[in-house]
Amino acid sequence: MSLTGRALLASAVCIALTIFFAALATAAESVEARLASCLECHGAQGQSEMPLVPSLGGQPEFYLGVQLLMFRENIRDVPPMNEMLQGASNADLQAMAAYLKKLPAPAPPAGGADQARIDRAKAVIEQHRCNFCHSSNYAGGENVPRLAGQREDYLAKSLRDYKSNARRGYDASMADVLYPISNAQLLDLAYFLSRQR
Amino acid sequence: MFKRLFMKRYFVIAAMLVGAVISSAALAQQADKPAAPDASKPIPSMQPEPTTVPGRPDIPNAEIAQKLRNVAPLPFGAPADKLPVAELKVPKGFKVDVYASGIPNARSLRLGDKGTVFVSNRVLDKVYAVVDKNGKREVKVIASGLDRPNGLAFHQGTLYIAEGTRISKLEKIEDNLDSPPKPVVIYSDFLNHQSHGWKFMALGPDNMLYVNVGSPCNICEPPETNGQLRRISLDGSKAEVYVRGVRNSVGFDWNPVTKELYFTDNGRDWLSEDLPEDELNRVTKMGQHFGFPYCHQGNFTDRELGWGRSCDEFEKPVALLGPHSAALGMRFYTGKMFPSQYQNAIFIARHGSWNRTKKIGGDVVVAKLNKDGTVKSVEPFLTGFLKNNEYSGRPVDVQVMKDGSLLVSDDHAGAIYRISYGNGKVPGN
Repeated sequence: MSLTGRALLASAVCIALTIFFAALATAAESVEARLASCLECHGAQGQSEMPLVPSLGGQPEFYLGVQLLMFRENIRDVPPMNEMLQGASNADLQAMAAYLKKLPAPAPPAGGADQARIDRAKAVIEQHRCNFCHSSNYAGGENVPRLAGQREDYLAKSLRDYKSNARRGYDASMADVLYPISNAQLLDLAYFLSRQR
Repeated sequence: MFKRLFMKRYFVIAAMLVGAVISSAALAQQADKPAAPDASKPIPSMQPEPTTVPGRPDIPNAEIAQKLRNVAPLPFGAPADKLPVAELKVPKGFKVDVYASGIPNARSLRLGDKGTVFVSNRVLDKVYAVVDKNGKREVKVIASGLDRPNGLAFHQGTLYIAEGTRISKLEKIEDNLDSPPKPVVIYSDFLNHQSHGWKFMALGPDNMLYVNVGSPCNICEPPETNGQLRRISLDGSKAEVYVRGVRNSVGFDWNPVTKELYFTDNGRDWLSEDLPEDELNRVTKMGQHFGFPYCHQGNFTDRELGWGRSCDEFEKPVALLGPHSAALGMRFYTGKMFPSQYQNAIFIARHGSWNRTKKIGGDVVVAKLNKDGTVKSVEPFLTGFLKNNEYSGRPVDVQVMKDGSLLVSDDHAGAIYRISYGNGKVPGN
């Protein structure tokens, strides 16, 4: 997308958000309407075009519910998300997760298949069993997120934040598994996983 | 108020968008930026999962690999009418009731002098107080916004809370449950690590706070500051290493007769379906080393870090508690309600395995001791949470109540159960 295109998109997002906040003032609102503004950033078709904002398509409902809860409780520290979810009830969060799980899985970017990086990533995955919990097709399941087709910048940031203990997990699995993995290997993992479908 | 919040949110989002546009501009200038997906093609549906695990010929099929996935607690707990109380089994003469529910991620238990039951969180941020009023139990949040506040200790009206990187206290808490003070930090000399970063804590017979400082990994040579039990004075001014070679202990208590400390320790993951077993250890002398990461379960050396070592260098466990069973909270039974064979026996909550295809644990066992402090037997006590390889509850901690009944916390469904014996009066009935 061109720079102009991105600026246009951002403007559209601003307009949509304004509408959303106006709508917030009305008491009753469907989950779908509430999520419309969220999906301006996260991608209405499950695929985010926004740097560092994850695609939500194809994520398991359990994982989505856990992340929404962690944002509301300020356990996962991402200020815009923490702000957005203040005051949401457990039922709201569960309804959001139930809606979001239906978004189609994101498509990987075309091209960019650097075989050396792919081979290095595969070796790390085999050694550290990423494909046990995240599944052989990286679709995740239950409390384990989908990785296939996720934004590369978001994957790299998440992995770095888990390794540095900046991101608190719902459990400590990621901190355990990343302990012996180097930062260079993390970038290879993000490169490879973002290109899976 | 609402408008201010409204504007604040708007500002945060606007700032985020400006950031996004700037980083987009930077990205657009990179020659090799990843191409955007072709919008003319439909978004592919998920690929079917291969039946094998690529690169892992040692794992027969993908289904087995997935069974080794961590088991996460239910984020919103389970409603009271969905608790499996009818399926729970205890020895003849005992009875199980729901003591309290709707406490998501209910972890460690601690009893106040005035009968308040304090309940901690590990994956969430709260400490709760459960108050019994004529058999009806009220659950109050007394602290929130905490960092993995798993450990609780109580001394002369003050509740001590062990968080991921600090210990804080709430003074005169039982007199102020409805308007609790803010926690005051007394000690914070801990590294920040998510892996085994949550802490168990208890008050020793010497009026020191004992706390585990876990190993920041599954298996590694832990830093000097970790892989230990530490004891800290109540004002936080003095701290010393009590014992070393501990991977991650999430439960300990003192033998009421010998005053020796007994603690559970969780064995490493990913070694084998059946090895190593979790340990029950006994400290007979300060400064002892219990083997991690060189020796597991007292009788075999680690496949990577154990070369050139012998298990004879280290203290051996007094009992083995099952492979990957996650033996956590434990208490010596000092109540009067249960039959005499349970006097000074240890009740141990086994959270239940995740790193094993055929799950084990998810129960409470009882370890009966010989006069010399060695273990005579380990027997099942509370079972029934594990059915068809799935948990309907996962015990974390136990607490002996003043009337001699035993509470069991369950962090999966967010509930507390009460086990009584004989005609032990059951509050609420």
